[in-house]
Amino acid sequence: MAAEELKTGPLEYRSQEGRMGILGFWIFLGAEVVLFATLFATYAVLFGRTADAPTPAELFEPGIVLIMTFLLLTSSFTCGLAVNEMRKGNTKGLTIWMVITLALGVAFLGFEIYEFVHYAHEGATLQSSAYWSAFFVLAGTHGLHVTLGIGWAILLLIQIAKRGLTNKTSRKFFVISLYWHFLDVIWIFIFTSVYLIGMVI
Amino acid sequence: MHITDILVTGEPIIYAAMVSIALVTVAIVFLLTYFKKWGWLWREWLTTVDHKKIGIMYILSALAMLFRGGMDAMMMRVQLAFPNLGFLDSQHYNEIFTTHGTIMIIFMAMPFLIGLMNIIVPLQIGARDFAFPYLNALSFWSFFFGAMLFNISFVIGGSPDAGWTSYTPLSGAAMSPGPGQNFYLMGLQLSGIGTLATGINLMVTILKMRAPGMKLFHMPIFTWSTLVTCFIIVFAFPILTVALALLTIDRIFGSQFFTLTGEGLPMMWANLFWMWGHPEVYIVILPAFGIFSEVIATFAKKRLFGYNAMVWSMIIIALLSFLVWVHHFFTMGAGAFVNSVFSVSTMLIAVPTGVKIFNWLATLYKSKIEFTVPMLWSLSFIPSFILGGVTGVMLGMAAADYQFHNSYFLVAHFHYVLIAGTVFACFAGLVFWYPKMFGHKMNERIGKWAFWLFFAGFHVCFFPQYFLGLDGMPRRLFITNIAEWLPLNIISTVGAFGMGLGFAVFVYNIYYSYRYSERETTGDSWNGNGRTLEWATTTPVPFYNFATVPYVDEIDPYVRMKEEGKTTFDETKLKPIHMPSYTGQPIIMMSFLGLASFGLIFEWIPVAIAGLIGGVVMMIVRSFDYDDGYYVSVEEIKRIERKARGL
Amino acid sequence: MASSKKGIPKNHVIGFILSLVMTVAAAWAAIRSDLPVTWVIIGIMVLALLQAGVQLFMFMHVIEAGSGGGHVPWNMMFHGFALAAILVAGSLFTMSFGFDHGDHGGGSGGGDEQFEEQPEEHAGH
Repeated sequence: MAAEELKTGPLEYRSQEGRMGILGFWIFLGAEVVLFATLFATYAVLFGRTADAPTPAELFEPGIVLIMTFLLLTSSFTCGLAVNEMRKGNTKGLTIWMVITLALGVAFLGFEIYEFVHYAHEGATLQSSAYWSAFFVLAGTHGLHVTLGIGWAILLLIQIAKRGLTNKTSRKFFVISLYWHFLDVIWIFIFTSVYLIGMVI
Repeated sequence: MHITDILVTGEPIIYAAMVSIALVTVAIVFLLTYFKKWGWLWREWLTTVDHKKIGIMYILSALAMLFRGGMDAMMMRVQLAFPNLGFLDSQHYNEIFTTHGTIMIIFMAMPFLIGLMNIIVPLQIGARDFAFPYLNALSFWSFFFGAMLFNISFVIGGSPDAGWTSYTPLSGAAMSPGPGQNFYLMGLQLSGIGTLATGINLMVTILKMRAPGMKLFHMPIFTWSTLVTCFIIVFAFPILTVALALLTIDRIFGSQFFTLTGEGLPMMWANLFWMWGHPEVYIVILPAFGIFSEVIATFAKKRLFGYNAMVWSMIIIALLSFLVWVHHFFTMGAGAFVNSVFSVSTMLIAVPTGVKIFNWLATLYKSKIEFTVPMLWSLSFIPSFILGGVTGVMLGMAAADYQFHNSYFLVAHFHYVLIAGTVFACFAGLVFWYPKMFGHKMNERIGKWAFWLFFAGFHVCFFPQYFLGLDGMPRRLFITNIAEWLPLNIISTVGAFGMGLGFAVFVYNIYYSYRYSERETTGDSWNGNGRTLEWATTTPVPFYNFATVPYVDEIDPYVRMKEEGKTTFDETKLKPIHMPSYTGQPIIMMSFLGLASFGLIFEWIPVAIAGLIGGVVMMIVRSFDYDDGYYVSVEEIKRIERKARGL
Repeated sequence: MASSKKGIPKNHVIGFILSLVMTVAAAWAAIRSDLPVTWVIIGIMVLALLQAGVQLFMFMHVIEAGSGGGHVPWNMMFHGFALAAILVAGSLFTMSFGFDHGDHGGGSGGGDEQFEEQPEEHAGH
């Protein structure tokens, strides 16, 4: 199975196993697109069904959402830099940039939790209406992905510290970088079609 | 909580089922202990990552599920033929038609086909295993625990009873309290994860692990059908995952997606369900088309007619499958314009399907057909499936559908496509590739008995149902003592028992062939008619499949290899083969997630959390596991190959 | 990755700045501008799609020859996004058409307009 080992190119692509792992993850991301699309579709259909709860236009505030967006955009950038360091073979650079990435991710989560608690105080909870169910599950699924990503990345940083950069550790790290950028893509659509449109309409 | 709150009580049939489950479990434990087979079971099967063994486990589970679903079906038929007998009560009837549908689609048809794909696809493309063997084991165990969860529902907690489509608001917490519907949700969720993983796994396998020289358009048609199916799986299953999760959150955590309160929208469930559900239909029919294509080409002894058209029609069917979902609920009242759009897209599907039918006929045209058992299943598929397909076009006309909707006409239609398509293909494929799996063929004479009983039973059972539907008999009806319906219902029940008998003969044939069939000595089991690479392997297939991987640059490469007197084996090119190690992690991880699902079903949150933590710990263990497998030495390969090839 | 010998690669910086600019532009369009709502929605959805493109092509190496994945990664992304559009637009089409417009109005103006708009508006999810 580890048929042809390449001698050049990025470490993560050198073994057949590495190339297949990354390709499989791309296919998985295709499935993730559909997963989130289903949540977006549900959100779109249930839009406006707030029953007795407050409407999104009453609760959404541009400030906090923009901060969250910038945090996540920056973390995507620093994650890209971490991969860049990895391809230069610089374990230390990788670790530093990735720790920054994760710190930004934790800050994002902090704001999101604060936001959810705030909405709950205002009377908009998972149970209060169809619209708010769709909102909390859509944003919450993204938040859950970020949480899992942070846990996963910490495991990988430990492995890289222990084993250095090998075909296998760099493949794993490349995969989580794809995951992290992908979460940013999803957030852009949440930012646009949930928050911005929610404030417009 | 008292034990009687969990166990289902008060029904003699269910008490009998409990006793038989207990007896079978005791018998299995006793036999394994008596013959000291526990270690063997663990080492050879429960921890395996070998695609051939996983495939066999899939098929055995699917046969068990076919038995379970078939028992449900026959109980329903008894009730419908003798409505005044009091054989079932209405609640029990509701539960049975729900579990029948769910089990047959999710836990019988898909695993049966995935089992065949598991065994055959790597052999057809010259691969040594799946791209991700560990993930493959994980998929199987997720299916297995999902199926077990769903199946214990009728003795513990009560079965789901809202139909296999589980429409809201009926299936919501307000109208279906208790664990029944949760069994449906969690059972499907758990096995759905495995199906998605299998889709990704097979896609990477087919795209990246083909024999050198084999282009996509050199692949055997069954492999092609698998690739297209995996594409649908990857894009359709996340929709089911979300739909099930939303309903679970509705039921357990009180959200308002599909409720009648809080401005929820119950019809959104139908919308999401069928956005997955329609592609799902093609997930179970496309591999069936692939199997029939292989069998027909083999026993017509010709190259498949119109190979390229076959491939492209499958791709077009796959794309169209995402554009027709509304035809399952035309009567919802979305309006004439919406219905018209989906009516047209539905009828479009008949075009590529027709292309396939004519290609099969053209393959058969002027060929010397050999009437073996797999060929009988395949030949009978064509006219039977057309009966189902044409009535499908009738149902696809939105205006007419207001008459047909949820009548026995619909029931007859989808049984005609699913049984004549998928079930016939499962039997055809199993008999066809049986020698590759077990080293001996199934007995032809008994096989023909099984075929004729099942085939005749099938038509006797379902053909009258078209007329029952046109006479106005609705689906899922419990009391049917209306004079005009009774004769047809009785005929239909007779047919159902004919199918049951056919299945029993089929299972007996497995036992009979195990005892008495001649053992295979060559790999090319069907009188040397094999056309693709799986027949070029020795029987039984060595665990590494191919000692040396052949170079392939045409369709049906084995035909030319035989003409030139070549084999895939070239002793001078032997190299050590890298193989993955067996591991117990998949079964342990999935049993934890099964425990978590069980906790959620009864809404025992601490149990669910404990199971989830167990699952996460197993994932962390996996992440830190750097086991790279092992190498099989050249000497060992030589020894195995020389023995198998009689060199 | 050609330019990775020293420091921070240029295309990452460009991608980062582009995404910041587009975010601010979208926020401005939605919150401060006086554009008609329909145009705002179309505009910010297009910006979101462009941002997704930035992530995919500048950060995620979706087309990288060394991966050996060939066309598969962008193929999966393309079909994923196409299906996403079908899911969102199709759901809105099916679920709102009959209910919002009390009649069965096959040809009524409002219904047609809605059908025309949805695929574009939501093409990006």
